[in-house]
Amino acid sequence: MGEPLVLKDHSGESKIFFERAVIGFLVLIALTLFLFGRLFYLQIIQHDIYTTLSDKNRIQVKAIPPVRGLIYDRHGELIAHNIPSLNLTVIKEISRDIEVTLSKIDELIGLSAEDQQAFKRRLARRQRPYEPVPVIFRLSAADHARIVVNKNSLPGVQVEARLVRHYPQGALMAHAVGSVRRINETDAKRLDPVAYSGTNHIGKIGVEKHYENILLGTVGYRRVETNARGVVMKELDSVNPKFGRDITLHVDAGLQRVASAALAERRGTVVAIEPSTGGVLALVSKPSYDPNLFVTGIDHETYAGLLESVDVPLFNRALQGQYEPGSTIKPLLGIAGLVTGTISADDVISDPGWFRLPNEDRLYRDWNWRLDDTGGHGEVSLQKAIYRSCNVYFYSLAVKLGINRIHQHLEQFGFGQNTALDLPEARSGLLPSVAWKKEYRGLAWFPGDTVNIGIGQGDMLVTPLQMATAVTLIANRGKWRSPRMLKSGHELDEDERFNDINIVPDYIWDEIIVAMEKVVHRGNQELGENGTAWAYIGKDISYRMAGKSGTAQVVSIKQGEEYNENELSERQRKHAWFIAFAPIEKPQIALAVLVENGGGGSEIAAPVAREVIDYYLNKQNSTTELSKL
Amino acid sequence: MTQDFVRRLSDTGDSFERSLGIGDKVHLDFTIIILLSIISAYGLLVLYSAVYPNQSAVISQMMKIGFAVLVMVILAQISPIFYQRIAPWLFIAAIFLLVATYLFGTEVNGSRRWLRIPGFVGFQPSEVMKLALPMALASYFHDRHLPPRKRHIFWALIIIIIPTALVVPQPDLGTALIICVSGILVLLLAGIAWKFVFGALGFAVLSAPAVWFLLRDYQQRRILSLIDPERDPLGDGWNIIQSKTAIGSGGLSGKGLFEGTQSHLDFLPESQTDFIIAVLAEEMGFLGVVFLLVMYLLLMGRGIMIAIQAQDTFGRLLTGSITFTFFVYVFVNIAMVSGLLPVVGIPLPLVSYGGTSILTIFAGFGIMMSIHTHKRIML
Repeated sequence: MGEPLVLKDHSGESKIFFERAVIGFLVLIALTLFLFGRLFYLQIIQHDIYTTLSDKNRIQVKAIPPVRGLIYDRHGELIAHNIPSLNLTVIKEISRDIEVTLSKIDELIGLSAEDQQAFKRRLARRQRPYEPVPVIFRLSAADHARIVVNKNSLPGVQVEARLVRHYPQGALMAHAVGSVRRINETDAKRLDPVAYSGTNHIGKIGVEKHYENILLGTVGYRRVETNARGVVMKELDSVNPKFGRDITLHVDAGLQRVASAALAERRGTVVAIEPSTGGVLALVSKPSYDPNLFVTGIDHETYAGLLESVDVPLFNRALQGQYEPGSTIKPLLGIAGLVTGTISADDVISDPGWFRLPNEDRLYRDWNWRLDDTGGHGEVSLQKAIYRSCNVYFYSLAVKLGINRIHQHLEQFGFGQNTALDLPEARSGLLPSVAWKKEYRGLAWFPGDTVNIGIGQGDMLVTPLQMATAVTLIANRGKWRSPRMLKSGHELDEDERFNDINIVPDYIWDEIIVAMEKVVHRGNQELGENGTAWAYIGKDISYRMAGKSGTAQVVSIKQGEEYNENELSERQRKHAWFIAFAPIEKPQIALAVLVENGGGGSEIAAPVAREVIDYYLNKQNSTTELSKL
Repeated sequence: MTQDFVRRLSDTGDSFERSLGIGDKVHLDFTIIILLSIISAYGLLVLYSAVYPNQSAVISQMMKIGFAVLVMVILAQISPIFYQRIAPWLFIAAIFLLVATYLFGTEVNGSRRWLRIPGFVGFQPSEVMKLALPMALASYFHDRHLPPRKRHIFWALIIIIIPTALVVPQPDLGTALIICVSGILVLLLAGIAWKFVFGALGFAVLSAPAVWFLLRDYQQRRILSLIDPERDPLGDGWNIIQSKTAIGSGGLSGKGLFEGTQSHLDFLPESQTDFIIAVLAEEMGFLGVVFLLVMYLLLMGRGIMIAIQAQDTFGRLLTGSITFTFFVYVFVNIAMVSGLLPVVGIPLPLVSYGGTSILTIFAGFGIMMSIHTHKRIML
């Protein structure tokens, strides 16, 4: 304040102030106009956009999930249904500290680091505040009780109940029916978000996948007005969900159990078909797995265990296992020989135990050939060649037929294709041809290749389902009934697409079926004259069964060596095949059995087939008798 | 000291700029009173809707306005000479109170703004400073030659920076901004040369990147969420997305009082305090906001008229600062709620719920009316 006295220029000062105040007022008006502009832009120009946003805020469409259709076996036994499952969820805004809440949950019921991470991923994908995010799926009753008791110290933690798929038969039906699994991010991109808005699951394999559309049902919804905390203030309107349709399969759970028990702990598969309909009565692949593990998410360790097991339990051997057919191909080649007139039923050849192509040194052995050059089947007709499973006869027949005719003939039986109507995962095997070898191997077809095809070895690959289909065709005398799972509840998506095999006259079917009957029933003859399976299943059988054994090599036997089972490790042993149908007069069941590394078909696979057929015919008879009463 | 001769205007027929009216006798300005009444009533209506069906906030707001009006009337009776004389001491006292707040203040919601005197109500010294600073600066320049010299500008800036620096760390960015701006406005109105003004603006623009690193984490996030609210739509972007949605969905004439879904379903944050303009915009539409802005504009026009008519430097500068500061409240608040400026805690004057700023605003108008109705004669 020690200023010299200043004479103030009052009029000058008020002039400056006036000027500044006017500039200020102009700026003020300009800024106000700017605000007007901003409000005009938001409220008039973008009004529609913000109205939509505002409605999206307050109006929530809550999906009401439909109840997934149930799956029954042919006798009404439940294969797949839905059970309530408790999910533990957390609302972030109510839980004061998400980390504290998680550690409390961990303390109470255990929460793996993996679960925590998955939870945080889900939390990040949240659409709105106050949305409950699942922490644990499928809460056990004990854990649920622990959470309820400690509810007060767990703000924002809720338990939600929803229906999830359950397979009461566990591992038994896993390969036959498939399963639903959690919708992952890849699925989510492809799926209709509306149809799946109420569910976390989708049929991923098997019947569950194929009939997804009818099992799923139609989602319903409630349109509600909620506040920012997601609390419903009022309901605007609603549409009820349409439940998924129940379906009934041809599968017979009892038969499935018997087949599974007959295989016991061995790796293998049984596919049984009802010849009159093509309905799959049993589809067993062992080892199996519990499909319930996949429904609500499987932990990493268990999954890795299933994936890495040498027994590949997740692999569906019945549909996807591709094996050499071995001697089970012989009746089909016999039919081809007769139809084409290449052979006649009465033709007899002499079997020294080996076969040799003209101008070649290589020996093609019969299965009973020995290093000392003993063995062979002696004088062999077609029937004997089947019931004794004579290799030399079929080596010779195959060479006479030639690969083109073999290919053409076997194609009619569905080889090289997926013939099933509603088993999309089934593989098509491999039916070799000259063209195929040229294209995939870049090699010409050699006569030796044809020789091997004669006994179902070499390049040819079939699935157990295809073998079962082929034997069904024999039982039906050429009438096609494509294998199918669905019995009722819906129309099949597809009609029969194969032409019946009409070119085979009845007497040829008779010839082959009699030969196959002898495989099982021809007994009490001198050594080397009984049916191959008679000793194992034919002695005490009370009905007429037609069958054919087969043995598929896993390792090739060198020239001049014998197959010696004891020297081979278990995984190198032959696969045992048996195909059969019964009763011959009016076939009710046709099947294919394969036991991996089992050894001889008659010894190992035939008894399994017998047990399965015994059970089935027994059950059929008792129901027939019951209905007579 | 300037030797001002001052006397109360009486019945002498001196030729002054304006004749005397009834308002001058009671030291009130009816234009201002009418405009304040319209805006306050309108604000109460919006508040009534914003908090509906809870009415306690409306009653409490009415009582605060009543008290503030009383304070305004009392302050209007006091001669401007008194304000001019006590201004430096009021400023120094306010600085001490701010330091005291810093040391002994009560912490509410993580910030230390309140000073509680035992046995008495608490108050915010920073609110006192909103008036004390422009008064002190107006008083300072009243005694100086205008336009201000560099030396005086320097001291004025010191006077501005000290209280601002004391309020920023409370933290209360909104109030610090208002205090700082009210001081700078005095400088601008005092006739500071344009080269300083544009020089300072240029400096501010250039130093903006450096300031970025001085900002706290939450302040940085607020700025980022202004640029892109979808960055964190459930967190920092939430407020701005919801307030823009409320405003935009209001359209031309609004959804109707009590019908705003954004506010009544709790999507809109702070719907009764800083974001109340969004409630107004949603329920009364563009027209409702325009009406309010026109009322504000008239009020400020009146303030500027009073400033121009004021007879001395103190009165001019203080009235001008109070008027333009009032506009800063309005502009920053609406720009922030409509997504043009980052979120800082500045209420919408006379509409937002909350007592502290209401009292300051009415007090400011009280002082303005005192300046207008107590005429002095310069020698």
